[in-house]
This record gives sequence, C-alpha cells and structure tokens, in this order.
Amino acid sequence: MNIDFTRHTLANGLDILIHEDHGCPIVAVNLWYHVGSKNEKPGRTGFAHLFEHLMFEGSQHHDRGYFQPLQEAGASLNGSTNADRTNYWEVVPRNALELALWMESDRMGYLLPALTDAKFDNQREVVLNERRQNYENRPYGLAGMAIVGALYAPDHPYHWLTIGAPDDLRAAHLDDVRAFFQTYYRPRNASLALAGDVHTGEVLALATEYFGPLEAGHDPPPVEFTPPARLTAESRLLLEDRVELPRLYFAWHSPALFAEDDATLDLVAEVLASGKTSRLYRSLVYEERIATEIAASQNSREIGGFFQIVATATPGRTLTELEKAIGRVLATFIDQGPTSAEMDRCLAQAEANFIYRLQTVGGFGGKSDQLNAYNMFLGEPGYFERDLERYRHVTPEAMQRAARAWLRPDGRIVLSVVPRGRVGLALGESQPVGVS
Amino acid sequence: MAVDRSRLPALGPDPGFRFPHIQRGALANGMRVWTVEHHAVPLVSFLVLLPAGSAADPADRPGLAAMTSDMLDEGCGDLNAIELHEALGRIGAHLDSEIGSDATILTLTSLSRYAERGVAMLADMFIRPRLDQRDFDRVRELRLNRLVQMRDLGPALADRAFAQLLYPSHPYGHLPIGNEGSLRVMLLREVATFHREQFMPSRMTVIAAGDAPHTELAALVERAFGGWAHAPGAVPSADGPVDRPPQAPANRLALLHRSGAAQSELRIGHVAASRSTPDYHALLVLNAVLGGQFVSRINMNLREDKGYTYGVRTSFDFRRGPGPFALSASVGSEVTVEAILEALSEIRAIRGDRPVTRAELETGRAALTRGYPRNFETAEQISRGAAQLALYGLADDYFTTFVPKVLAIDEAAVTRAAEMHIDPARLLTVIVGDREKIGPSLPRLGLGTVTEVAPA
Repeated sequence: MNIDFTRHTLANGLDILIHEDHGCPIVAVNLWYHVGSKNEKPGRTGFAHLFEHLMFEGSQHHDRGYFQPLQEAGASLNGSTNADRTNYWEVVPRNALELALWMESDRMGYLLPALTDAKFDNQREVVLNERRQNYENRPYGLAGMAIVGALYAPDHPYHWLTIGAPDDLRAAHLDDVRAFFQTYYRPRNASLALAGDVHTGEVLALATEYFGPLEAGHDPPPVEFTPPARLTAESRLLLEDRVELPRLYFAWHSPALFAEDDATLDLVAEVLASGKTSRLYRSLVYEERIATEIAASQNSREIGGFFQIVATATPGRTLTELEKAIGRVLATFIDQGPTSAEMDRCLAQAEANFIYRLQTVGGFGGKSDQLNAYNMFLGEPGYFERDLERYRHVTPEAMQRAARAWLRPDGRIVLSVVPRGRVGLALGESQPVGVS
Repeated sequence: MAVDRSRLPALGPDPGFRFPHIQRGALANGMRVWTVEHHAVPLVSFLVLLPAGSAADPADRPGLAAMTSDMLDEGCGDLNAIELHEALGRIGAHLDSEIGSDATILTLTSLSRYAERGVAMLADMFIRPRLDQRDFDRVRELRLNRLVQMRDLGPALADRAFAQLLYPSHPYGHLPIGNEGSLRVMLLREVATFHREQFMPSRMTVIAAGDAPHTELAALVERAFGGWAHAPGAVPSADGPVDRPPQAPANRLALLHRSGAAQSELRIGHVAASRSTPDYHALLVLNAVLGGQFVSRINMNLREDKGYTYGVRTSFDFRRGPGPFALSASVGSEVTVEAILEALSEIRAIRGDRPVTRAELETGRAALTRGYPRNFETAEQISRGAAQLALYGLADDYFTTFVPKVLAIDEAAVTRAAEMHIDPARLLTVIVGDREKIGPSLPRLGLGTVTEVAPA
C-alpha cells in the first residue's frame, strides 16, 4: 500500500510533504522538529518536553493560548515529545488550513518575544503535575526510569525518560528556553506534513508563503554519545512501589529504529506476547496461570533500542516462577524458532496493523505523522511499502537468530517491582535502585 | 506576498459535509443490519450492539454482564479459546469488546479480503459461545486479580466510589467489572442464563462499515447471523426505564485514603440528565464552555492559570437513565483544597453570577459543529456513531440535524440548561488522596463532615 505525496524543500531547509486525501473535508497539519530528550544534557532533563508546553502559550503575533482560535475553528490539536523528536499537529476543517499554517509558522519564527516568566512557571507546575499523574502516582510508573537508567550510562542520552527529573525541571531557566529555541526550532531542523482535502499546488504555495520567510539558522549540534557497552552479565534490580502484585521486567539492548533486526524483533515480540495464542500468554497466563498479564515489545529509537518483556505475578505466585517460565519459553523459541502458523499470524497481524495506522490523515500515528517519521529518520517519506517489506522478508531462521543474538540470558537487566516493604518478593540478590 | 501577521487569517467558506449514508435493513430473526460504504482503505469493520450492559446486572451479581461478554471470545462453536484466537490472528483481525452501563459492544475489524471469515467468527462468538467451566474459572480469576490491582489505581478508585455514592442500590451504582464478593460466588450457570435471556437477535444491531458495497456487507451479515433463532422459551426483554435515584439533600464530601499518594484524584458532580433529554444539545454547549475542552473555564483556571493539574475535564454522561455530571482531575496534594474551591466556584458561577457569554457560546458551538466531520473519518468511527443512534433510538436524520440544532442554542438556552441540570447545592465531592497531607485543610471546603470511604 503506497501513499502518494509530494516533497518540496524550502530555501531555508524546511521539508514540506503533501498528501491528498479527499475522503473527508479535513486537513492534517503535522510538524516535526528533530529534537527530543536525547538532545538534553544531564542536569536539565525533561527540558524538551517542558519546551513543547511553552509552544502552546503564545507567540509574538498571537500572544495568547494556541488552543482558543484552533478549537474555535473546529480543530483538534496536540503535541508530544519523545527521546528523538517533538511533534505538533492540528486536524482542521479544510477552511481553517491557513489559520493553522499561520499559527505554526508564527511559533516557529517568533516564539521568544512572547515568552514570560509567568508562562514558564505555570507550565513547569503543569508538567510537574503531569509527572505525578503519569509516573509517580501510577502503579509501576517509575519502572521505566529504572530500566533506562540501568541500560544506559549516565551520559548516554537515553539514560533518562523524556519527562525528566523534578529537580532538573525546577532548575531550568528562561535563558535555557531561548538557547534551546535558537538551536533546535529552525526550519532546517523540521518537517511539515500536510495531508487531507487539499490541492498540492495551492497548499504548497500557501505553506511557502508562511514558512518561506523564516530564517534558516544553523544546523543543530550532533548528538554525541558512546554506544552502550554490551551487557555481559545479568543485572538484578529491585524497586519498591505502591503496588499489590509483584512484576518482573526483562530488558536487553536491541537494534535502533529501521536497523537490521529491528523488524525481526518486532515479530519476535508479537509471537512471544501478543494475544492469547502468543507463547508467553499461553504458557504463563492461560495454562500455568502464574501471571495475570504479559507483554513484550521491541522499543526501537533513533540511536538504539531495547527489547522488553513484562509479566505480573498472580497472587500467591512468585517472581522466581515467572523468571523460570519466561526463561523456558525464550529458550524453546531460540532453540526451535517460530512455527509456520506463528509466521502466518504475525505477518498477517503486521500487515493489518500497518493499514489500521493509515486510516486517518492526522493525529498521532496517522498518515501525516508517518510521512514525517519516515522523512526525519530515513530521509524517505514514501517508505510505506518498503517498511511493510521489512516485515514480509523476515524468515523463521532470522527470528530465531535475532532472538538468540539479542535476548541473551547472560546479558540483561532484570527488574523486580514489589509492594513497599516486601523486598523479599524480589528475585534473589537484586539491588535496590533509587528513582522517584 | 508578505504574510499579514497583524491578525489571524479568517476562515474560508464552510466546506460542508455529506454524512455517510446508512442503509437500514433487518434479518428475519429481528436483528437490525445497518451498512455503510467506506472505501478509503481495504478494511471492513463489523460492530455488534447489544443494548444491555452493566445496568442489566442482577442486583446481587454486579459484574455478570461484563463476565458474560468476556466469555464470548473464550471459544465458540468447534473452536476452543486458543483455536479461535489463532484463527483471528491468521486474518490479522482486531477484536475489541467494550461494556458500559447501557450496552455491550463487540467490534471486529479486518482486511476486506478476510471479511467473510471475520464476521463468521464474530457471529459464532455471540451465537455459540462454549462457556466452558475451565475458561470461566480462569477468566474469573483474571478479573479478581484486576480488582486487586485496582486498589493502586487512583482514577479507578475514584470512579468506583463516585458511582457507589451517587447511585446507591441502583443499576448505575457499580463499575462494569463488579466487585470481589460477587465475582467469587458467580456461577457459570448464571453466565449461561444471562446469555440466553439477554443476547437475543431481535434486540441487537449489527453495523457493517467498510470497503464493500451495501449489498455485499448486508449479505455477509445475513450469512453469519441469519440462522440465529431465539433461544427456546426466551421472551425478548423490553428495555425498561432506569429510575432516577433520590437526589442527595446537600453537598457531600467523601475521602478515600491512599497513603503516600503524589496527587489527589477528584470527582465532583451529581446525577444529571439522560440521553433522551430535550436539553441534550444545550448541555453539550454548556459543557464545552464549563469544562469539556481545553479552553473551557475550569481547565483554563486550574491548569493554565494556577498550574494545579495536568488537565481537568467535565462531562455529562448521557445514558438511558439519568447519568452523572462529573468533573475529573488529578491535582497536586498540597493544592487539593484550593483546586476544589476553584472548581466549585466555577460550577456555581456558570448558573449564577457569571453566565455563559456570547463569545464563550460562539466558541463552544463552533468547536462542536465545525469539528463534527472529523468524527466520521474511519469505518470504525462511523460504526460507533451509528451505534449511538441504534442504542438510544435517535432519529435517522440525527447526524444531519446535529449542526443546526447546536447552532440554534443561544445564551439563554445554555443558562436555562445549567439551572435545570446543575445543582451546586447537591454536589458530591470524592477525593482519593493522602489523608495526612490533605485532612487538616478539608474543613476549609465548608462541605460538612467527611465520609471516609473504605478502600474496598
């Protein structure tokens, strides 16, 4: 399945991607900046995301909230930050496209004059509350921090989560915002996708009018990092949390997004833990009933990935039982590879999931978001069919080999999350980790 | 041409929108079959609607409806649970099951080339579920474990306490999952009875939407569901009225203690309107202004001005019977009382000294109407929209009259709806938070004695 698009790069370096879809009288405006938490420095973690919040608080020529005019025009809108990129999107009725372009270009070009301490302080409080709501106050919410903290050295840009540390957020200054904006929020560091009920020539002219005059700026500095050293032993960690049931996490380094074995490990995760027929679900939840839930995922990002398996113990069952059962299932898979029925299933699922994601023009994961993802990480916005081919070309032997190479029992992080005050429920010899 | 940055550009002419056509038909067994053509992507989605949800639970068996719907994909016809899911996996189908107070909805989406196999399996789940004892025991255990895990989930605890206190001894007084006591004594026989008595083709609607002609979609449903006859002796149950529970005499405050909670989870509200209220559109506008969208009064105050929360929303939950009006938010523990006071004052003001203004009215109406076509982009969205028509018996022209009806709402209608459906003197406030941190400040709320809610 291919998505027709036109790419045009403005003189200032901004990529504009246009896809026509006249099914519904709406247009998705989707703007990616190639900056995320991996561009942060230790001591200022969480900053890229806090910055994203400020982008909604007004710019020089519209020094008020960004939601008001857009919601009034019938738009839905949002933004998000992850380790590698920050995106902003609006889905607008066709007749509000110009409004969205006006606003996106105004904050790309003229954010700083509208910046105030009051806005900064307010959004810092909002973000601290976001952190409480989604991490501190959520069961197992801090486990992700413990995992990346253990997988990556303190100076590696994936060592911290995008939400950052509260002290770092409190230490951030308005000057940091200015420097960050000037470094990263530049047309040449961005990609704009417009998908929906538009005519390519017209909308390109309009976007050029709004974004063309903005200054190109300089290339942002490269992200410097040392690839993580290969794990040569099992590292056992322990985290106490306000939870009822103990949970076990396995994590391994794995390939980066679109690197060799990335798609292969996606399918390995599918066979291991997606749906009731998956090996881990069937064995741990359905047959032995020692786990209440199970998940596996290949989390691939721009400069590295990690593969994770998560299982929660049934009341009365132990993490040691889970560890053994997961180890057994993994060993069997590595030993025998997937069956042909499993191959059929995971490929059918991969193809269906791929098409499900392309049902919408905008939002998180719609066509415009995907065009930008391919453009930013591969320089090929039209990678759709080839992306699917990555999965179609995976063989049972490749899955077996990838699982053997990457999911080694002697080189992994194993984290036990246990109810407060019950450290005895963790796997033996686990070391407490300090995250909060 | 230079860009004019002195003002925001005006909107172009309204693009208009043609709503997808719903072709309505029925099978000989009484099941309604609606079809919608949607050719954007090679997918077909089948939605099965049963107008019975957790409100149909017997009074002593909360959780029975949810348990029954959970058992549907645990094997059917000749296939056990694993075999069924293997077959679904081979066609890359997405099966989604959802239960609310008024309805049970299963949706199966697949590539169009697999539509026939998909709908056949979906039909088998409804018509011939295996209902094996072993599966029942396992599913019940998983649900009991989920209840255990809910003890750590602030939002779930707040939702449950809120429902219990608003709707004592009422079909809306529990969450669909039920409670531990009920699940422990539940019998497979009760599930089978619930299935026999409630799952009747004559009460149900199937909505097929996707990349195929109407006739083909209808034929697929007919082949899959056409042979389903009423269970012998079963009488189609009428959808009886859902009573309005007695209104509380005054404001109430309830606290569920959660030691060390980093935030307080809030629910504030009371029993309000049902889906059939003539004030439906006025209440949508009212809610948009008060707390239904980002730029609403309460979110702008609590988040954008005070920084008390990551976000706050209000909603009217329109059900067959009178559903709740509720504000939901997680707020910093230290500012719990301030946040509640601000929220209460906004709720009072919109039907008191600060009624909706012209500008707010226009923003609210515009957001609801101009954004309306967005809700009809995918086959599944269209099916879900159509399911609301089927569930609540809304007019065939409901979609096309929505925009004019919202635009006809004026300030007076919003204020009247606020006066009629919001009562600031009878609000229930539920806090799930750390008593040590917030307890001493609670008297400042002036909401009387605090009822302590047991953590269940």
